[in-house]
Amino acid sequence: MVISVTMPALSPTMTEGKVALWHKAVGDAVAPGDLLAEIETDKAIMEIEAVDEGTLGKILVAEGTKEVPVNSVIAMILENGEGQDALELLALEQAPPSPMPEPTKVTAPTSPLPVAYSPVAETPALSAPPSASPPGGRIVASPLARRMAKDAGVNLSTIQGSGPGGRIIKRDVEGLSATAPVSAAAPAAFLERSVVEILHSGVRKIVAKRLTESWQTIPHIFLNIECELDALLETRSRLNERADGAYKISINDFIIRAAAFALAKVPALNVRWTDTAMQQLSSIDIAVAVAMDDGLITPIIREADQKGLAEISVEMKDLGTRGREGKLMPEEYQGGSFTISNLGMFGIKSFGAIINPPQVAIMAVGAGQKHAVVRDGALIIATVMACTLSCDHRAVDGAVGATFLKAFKGFIEEPLTMML
Amino acid sequence: MADRFDLIVVGGGPGGYVSAIRAAQLGMNVAVVEAEHLGGICLNWGCIPTKALLRAAEIHHLLHRLDEFGLAADNIRFDLGKVVKRSRAVAKQLSDGVGYLLKKNKVTVIKGRGRLSAPGTVAVELDGKPAGELSAPHIILATGARARTLPAFEAGGDRVWTYREAMVPDAMPKSLLIVGSGAIGIEFASFYGQMGAEVTVVELLDQILPVEDAEIAAKAAKAFTSQGIKLLTGAEVSQVKKSKSGVTATVITKDGGQEITVDRMISAVGITGNVENLGTEDAGVTIDRGHITIDEWGATGAAGLYAIGDVAGPPWLAHKASHEGVVVVERLHGLADTHPLDTSSIPGCTYSTPQIASVGMTEAAAKAAGHELDIGRFPYVGNGKAIALGESDGLIKTIFDKRTGELLGAHMVGAEVTELIQGYVVAKTHETTRESLANTIFAHPTLSEAMHESVLDALGQALHI
Repeated sequence: MVISVTMPALSPTMTEGKVALWHKAVGDAVAPGDLLAEIETDKAIMEIEAVDEGTLGKILVAEGTKEVPVNSVIAMILENGEGQDALELLALEQAPPSPMPEPTKVTAPTSPLPVAYSPVAETPALSAPPSASPPGGRIVASPLARRMAKDAGVNLSTIQGSGPGGRIIKRDVEGLSATAPVSAAAPAAFLERSVVEILHSGVRKIVAKRLTESWQTIPHIFLNIECELDALLETRSRLNERADGAYKISINDFIIRAAAFALAKVPALNVRWTDTAMQQLSSIDIAVAVAMDDGLITPIIREADQKGLAEISVEMKDLGTRGREGKLMPEEYQGGSFTISNLGMFGIKSFGAIINPPQVAIMAVGAGQKHAVVRDGALIIATVMACTLSCDHRAVDGAVGATFLKAFKGFIEEPLTMML
Repeated sequence: MADRFDLIVVGGGPGGYVSAIRAAQLGMNVAVVEAEHLGGICLNWGCIPTKALLRAAEIHHLLHRLDEFGLAADNIRFDLGKVVKRSRAVAKQLSDGVGYLLKKNKVTVIKGRGRLSAPGTVAVELDGKPAGELSAPHIILATGARARTLPAFEAGGDRVWTYREAMVPDAMPKSLLIVGSGAIGIEFASFYGQMGAEVTVVELLDQILPVEDAEIAAKAAKAFTSQGIKLLTGAEVSQVKKSKSGVTATVITKDGGQEITVDRMISAVGITGNVENLGTEDAGVTIDRGHITIDEWGATGAAGLYAIGDVAGPPWLAHKASHEGVVVVERLHGLADTHPLDTSSIPGCTYSTPQIASVGMTEAAAKAAGHELDIGRFPYVGNGKAIALGESDGLIKTIFDKRTGELLGAHMVGAEVTELIQGYVVAKTHETTRESLANTIFAHPTLSEAMHESVLDALGQALHI
């Protein structure tokens, strides 16, 4: 019979591919394992191999043809002893090009061409454990697991094996009893074909642990305030005009200074919470969240209330650059008293942030956006920035947080007062 | 500009080179940075060359037993220089072999000392000078370990040897004091003892081979003592004086102090990881008692940085290092069927005469873990092959959980047990029970029949005793 070679689906999401190269010409003998062609997708070039023996009878899709749908026939192989007439017969049967009833006459390539290495997750068909064994099928289980399951009165066919090749082993059976529901089976049964596991980096693990801990143990309260930025923007451009390249003050630099000044005015917020005591801090150290490729780091401007805008700006720039590259020393990002997280540059209007303990507050800063504002009974346009203060309610009462925000707003809206 | 790889392995020992080959098989572009010699300590100054020495000692020992077998030979001598030379040649052959294997797998081998210079970057130094920079998203530290030294005495040099000097002696010492009775100390005791030196072993703990099952260690101790090796347990070397001709050590036991004067001394008091100058200080890596702390997947906590083998802690065994390396690499590649190394199924072997081999829990450990036990024992004297070989002194002990029949541990002393142990390791890894082992057919006549009998004994069904 004539064997159809179809466009293989090289990934679960692939719908079409390009025939990049034919390794065989019409009339060439073909043996299982022979390279037939190279298929190009938007992600990779893959080789396809023959599974059957015979002669390449016809090439239906020429080299370089793009957008060939998956499962459409691209070539035909004649089994030994068959002539070209077999092809014609087949062509008649299949007048409209349609997916072949047996579309898997081409093996999926064993591996991508060695152009570039990329980790793969093997498809479940190759190696992942089957779900609970089919009724009547052989159950693969270790003698110990069988023994323990028998003792516990547990039916092995209801258990998902976690050993090599899905073998049921001791740890799958341990702790089970006949009455306990078997819950281990469900999740692994629906392994997605295209999942590639990227191991957690050290930073990711730490971020996950700390955020979970904070969110689960700290009763957060959120206070919102809106600050008008127009005076600040005006001051900023005047200062930057005179900088002569020595500095370029950003809105965030003002925010750092304003927060430091507000903390100086409301020392009740410049504290650390421990289980046994509240620690009053004498130094005002502002941590600023900086996004890294993978994770987040919070470099600290120490004694920010003692530093001028230019100094803050230059220091922040250096810390931010090194923070993004992961080159900060621990003392440069550990132990701040208050954190600022600014997503204004992404156009985020407002958001709530999670406290970084033992700190008791974090301020989430949104984008400065032009809004219609009513002032003195008239409608005017102002640049408004929304800030959300998250406070640890164990340490900070709502009124303390509110006093801080009021002071902060005062400094932001009248930046000259920050120069005092 | 740093040369880019998919994976950099720092250290070309059994952990490092095996990781590199496996990664190359999976399609990664791999670099191995090795400061000294491919194959590491294991191949060059450990497992392999000592096996060559011990083989010579074993043959020498057998030559003195010829009469038992109805054979005779006169004028039995040895040329120590040739014995050592053969041992070095064996090491070199295998080290060259590793070089060939890496080349075959297209692994780039870079000579020099590797050091993390930034996340994902390794700076190489050769002869104290910078020799380039490599970068990769994944780095495996496999820098191994070295002999630990005690504050009481400095080791190294021609009087107080470490394993290195002990492996290449110029002359056979008449008398030898070995401090430490782990596998390394005991193997040297066996080698030098069988080659005619008067050997004394000092062990701080109450039993020699402290990690082995007490019953097996006691049986081994009896065998060593009958060969003329002196064993001092619960003993400590408090002072060492080097003289022109030898060494005088003050050894304190519970009975008081004594001075022992010997030609040479070997310090074999354990191992400490090569954790220095790796650049881990800035990377956020935890170093605990001379070893890098890792999780079950070999991760150090720093992104993309892994550690395997001796540098990542005990047991200090080449096969553990290799296995850990393969696990790290396969996990990185995303293979679905990857499992962390099962620490309860790592075999340990000591190649003395008699040999000692074990896997899993000792009787004491199994009891401490709360198991109710069924213990099987079978002596070599009940085994036909052992008697025919003239090796009837041996014991095989198996430890099972009474309730589930799980094989918790197996412990052996006697001829060829280092080769036999793998039978139990396979059984244990595959969770074979007492009953399924009992139902296994063992070939006759083999030493392995004693393994079967030990299991049968745990069931109360031993046939040949």
